[in-house]
Amino acid sequence: MLRLTNVSKTFNKGTVNEKLALVGVDLHLEPGDFVTVIGGNGAGKSTLLNAIAGVFPPDSGVIQIDGADVSLLSEHQRARYLGRVFQDPMRGTAADMQIDENLALARRRGEGRGLSWGIGKAERAEYAERLASLDLGLEDRLSSKVGLLSGGQRQALTLLMATLKKPKLLLLDEHTAALDPKTAKKVLELTAQVVERDSLTTLMITHNMNDAIRLGSRLIMMHEGHVIYDVSGEEKRALKVHDLLLKFEEASGGELANDRMLLS
Amino acid sequence: MLSALTGAVSQGILWGVMVLGLFVTYKMLDIADLTVDGSFALGGCVAAVASVSLGLDPLVAILLGMLAGVVAGLVTGLLHTVFDIPAILAGILTQIALWSVNLRVMGKSNTPLLNVDTVFTRISALTGLNQAASAMVVGLVVAAALVAAMYWFFGTEIGSALRATGNNEDMCRALGIDVRVTKLIALALSNGLVGLSGALICQSQKYADIGMGTGAIVIGLAAIVIGEVLGRLTPGKLQAFGSRLTSAVVGSVVYFLIRAIVLQMGLDANDMKLLSAVIVALALVVPTVVERQRQRRSYSKGGER
Repeated sequence: MLRLTNVSKTFNKGTVNEKLALVGVDLHLEPGDFVTVIGGNGAGKSTLLNAIAGVFPPDSGVIQIDGADVSLLSEHQRARYLGRVFQDPMRGTAADMQIDENLALARRRGEGRGLSWGIGKAERAEYAERLASLDLGLEDRLSSKVGLLSGGQRQALTLLMATLKKPKLLLLDEHTAALDPKTAKKVLELTAQVVERDSLTTLMITHNMNDAIRLGSRLIMMHEGHVIYDVSGEEKRALKVHDLLLKFEEASGGELANDRMLLS
Repeated sequence: MLSALTGAVSQGILWGVMVLGLFVTYKMLDIADLTVDGSFALGGCVAAVASVSLGLDPLVAILLGMLAGVVAGLVTGLLHTVFDIPAILAGILTQIALWSVNLRVMGKSNTPLLNVDTVFTRISALTGLNQAASAMVVGLVVAAALVAAMYWFFGTEIGSALRATGNNEDMCRALGIDVRVTKLIALALSNGLVGLSGALICQSQKYADIGMGTGAIVIGLAAIVIGEVLGRLTPGKLQAFGSRLTSAVVGSVVYFLIRAIVLQMGLDANDMKLLSAVIVALALVVPTVVERQRQRRSYSKGGER
């Protein structure tokens, strides 16, 4: 479903701030793969997701989604393949627009937009039903402005928007990192549910190693722009946080895993 | 006095068309588009030349004025979206360029519409109404049609995408909306309305002048904020989109009424721009200060009320 071949990206090339963010990354996701991505700060996790989403073109290499070469397509052109949830709950929704209007925008992801009415007559009922499945009481607030919702509610709504029209690939960029622990747990549960229900091919960055092990069918660890560990199946299920920390120390040449990873 | 007031009302409605245009960029996209000073005069100049030099039908002249505004908006839009020039600067560049363009269009700094038909003389001849009344009728019909059309447009898929663009560009890109296109549409639409308004004003005052658009943006912003304040004071707090558009036009009428009254009271017409700036500044400052005061007043050391 997703194939990265030798993808590289360097920021600030030729300056003192040069940063090799991705170095010849090869990655292949089968349909239905749910891959969790871990790694320290600056390991290249977000760059990987942004390169796939088309926030910037890669310096070299090929990115294919569902067989199509998207390497040079812009962000909005790739949107037809992708569902995305950002770390910042404010980035995924339009605050001054109503809940149903946001969903209607998401329903038309990657489609041509014309002069027909922005929300079809039958759509509201469908939205109410989908919102009810979130179990946040949003189904009764279809015409509320999204700006009135809490961060957790907005993130759950963004998740619904990203998956309302089934994406070829779901990109989750630390989408629970800005939420309180209880809300984060709820949003993660919803994520697991929807990925399972629609058998979505998913790439999820997380800083929580327990979540990375518990969720998904495959786990990759990144370090300095490389994928240094790729594990799935039985081996992944048997993983412990301790194993990941050892792996990380090994990769970083004995340096202790950074604090943010230790804390999780 | 009464005739000055009715004149102010009809002028306010015709300028209200420009305010509707400004509403698109200022309220929907959150861009203060300085093109409008230039595109307002452009609409007027083109309409004047079209009927005086080319002898075209007044209705066609007005449509040409509107189209010229659309083109001006596209220029600002291309500078902003394709070449990433900040919106304010892109607007200033187009505005300055339009000064020369407008002089070229007219060949001089002023074009009187003597002995040519305007839509207003047409309506007068048709209905027997006087000039001021026919200006009011035309203005009301045009403004009502535009409010209805805009209400429809911003409810469509493209219109929703446009509103979303002003809210959250990251989200738009993630949902497959090309924000360059939506911004271009908004700027073209906005300046088209501004050009239309300039053309209408030109025909109602029976001349086009190179300076007729100077300060238009401040007048427009003043009208929008006056309209918002009036909307908030109205019972039921008019927040629906249709009423926000309507209050923008009403704001324009109120602005020109205030203007007529202070001029009658002996204010120098040259001081009007200063007064406009003060109205806008006050309208922007007062809510901030009131909110700050409210927060301080509601503070209590021990939590007692």
